[in-house]
Amino acid sequence: MKLGPGTARVGVIILLLILWELGARLFGDPLFMSPPSDVVVSLVGLIGNGPVMRALQTTLYELVTAFLMAIVVGVPLGLVLGLQRFARGSFYPIVVMLYAIPQATILPLMILAFGIGPESKIAFGFTHSVFPIVIAVVAGVQDVKPTLLTCARSMGASRFQTFMNVILPHMIPSLFTGMRVAMTGDLLGVLLAELYVSQAGVGHYTRLFTESFQPAKLFALVAALAAIAVVLNELCRRAERRMSRWRA
Amino acid sequence: MKGARLGYRLVQVGFVAVLLLVWYWVGRDELVSPILLPPLPACWDEFLALLASGSYWPDLDVTLYELVVAFLIAASFGCAIGYVVSRSRFSIRVFDPLFAGLYSIPAILLFPLYVLFFGLGAGSKIAIGATIAFFPVVLNTIAGFDYVDRAYVTAARSMGASELQMFWSVMMPAAFPIVLAGLRVGFILAFLSILGSETIASLAGLGHRIVSYAESMDPAKMFAYIFFAILIAFLLNGGVSLIEARVKRGPG
Repeated sequence: MKLGPGTARVGVIILLLILWELGARLFGDPLFMSPPSDVVVSLVGLIGNGPVMRALQTTLYELVTAFLMAIVVGVPLGLVLGLQRFARGSFYPIVVMLYAIPQATILPLMILAFGIGPESKIAFGFTHSVFPIVIAVVAGVQDVKPTLLTCARSMGASRFQTFMNVILPHMIPSLFTGMRVAMTGDLLGVLLAELYVSQAGVGHYTRLFTESFQPAKLFALVAALAAIAVVLNELCRRAERRMSRWRA
Repeated sequence: MKGARLGYRLVQVGFVAVLLLVWYWVGRDELVSPILLPPLPACWDEFLALLASGSYWPDLDVTLYELVVAFLIAASFGCAIGYVVSRSRFSIRVFDPLFAGLYSIPAILLFPLYVLFFGLGAGSKIAIGATIAFFPVVLNTIAGFDYVDRAYVTAARSMGASELQMFWSVMMPAAFPIVLAGLRVGFILAFLSILGSETIASLAGLGHRIVSYAESMDPAKMFAYIFFAILIAFLLNGGVSLIEARVKRGPG
């Protein structure tokens, strides 16, 4: 029997889990370390735990809201910057410079401005995800081949028709690439803000489980969040691949 | 073209000037709570005082120490594991998607666990920085060594190159730029995540200082430290790009 790479990969993961299980059972301090079997048990317990489930829902709500806001603001801004030569020349460098600022430095400011509820998390997720979208839309609009524009014009397309039929479809793949990058930023921003300060969100529970030395619950909560992150990332990746297929 | 560029600069300068003016005016008339937006002159004075007094040293020292250690750990593990994996096509197909998949999980999630394992001090920051920086390094090392043109390898082998010669004269120079790009991304990510984790829970460091001034309601000092941290970030960014450009020219 020939071993495929996929099977081997599963084997590696199972091997690591077994090592973790043995290591935690034999050497681990139960105050700090939990074997994966215990984590699975508390993950099941977590589903029955109302407040924790609500916290997870809140986080999902924050992630999605921040992401949608970033699209609603980022796409028009990117279109203006991409299509207006003067706007691009003068404001695009400012956008790029703002993007280069490490945003962790303004996290306390966000909390001061928007409070410790979901609003500050949404704001922080938004500032993390809006820049990749703007930059991707600008790049996408720039990317349209001049031949196509000349072609459209010579066939008598109006500005609006050119925009709808040439520029917009050409921008879509780039936009979805930007959305994938934005989702990574969104996750970072929202989770960072949650961990920094949180009333009833996941940050509150990670702190609670850490300080009360319940590593199995902490691992389970982290695993649940990681699952949310993987699903959101995968959705963006699928959408990107689907939307850019026509160009290949 | 030159005229247009001048126009861009004018708009940029004008934009920043308007921003600063609005800040000054809002601060003077206290249109926004001074806790949120302290008057511009106060922030500027604090920033100058900070630079002059050198009181940033202990915090900068901690942050840079965490960054350097985290980066060295990530670079050595990333390059070593990446190289070993890249030796066989099969292991690339086993491990590359595994690393890429793990990379898509936001590593900041591990921070509460790291605090539990390594404490509130530098240990947990180093661990989070090293974890985050490891992935771009290992992925680019795999890609770099995998990407080496087979023709070079065949040519060198047919000319009787030893394994060592092959590594130093063929594989290394060909893979180097891609590995270097991974190291640069890893370095920047490590800095950002260390800053972020210092904000969440820490005992010292630039992120810690910003938070402690925010919590003691000393906004002018907080803004001064925010400026300072941004300045350091730009310096690190510029420095790393400079080194990359320099080194890339070297061996090629």
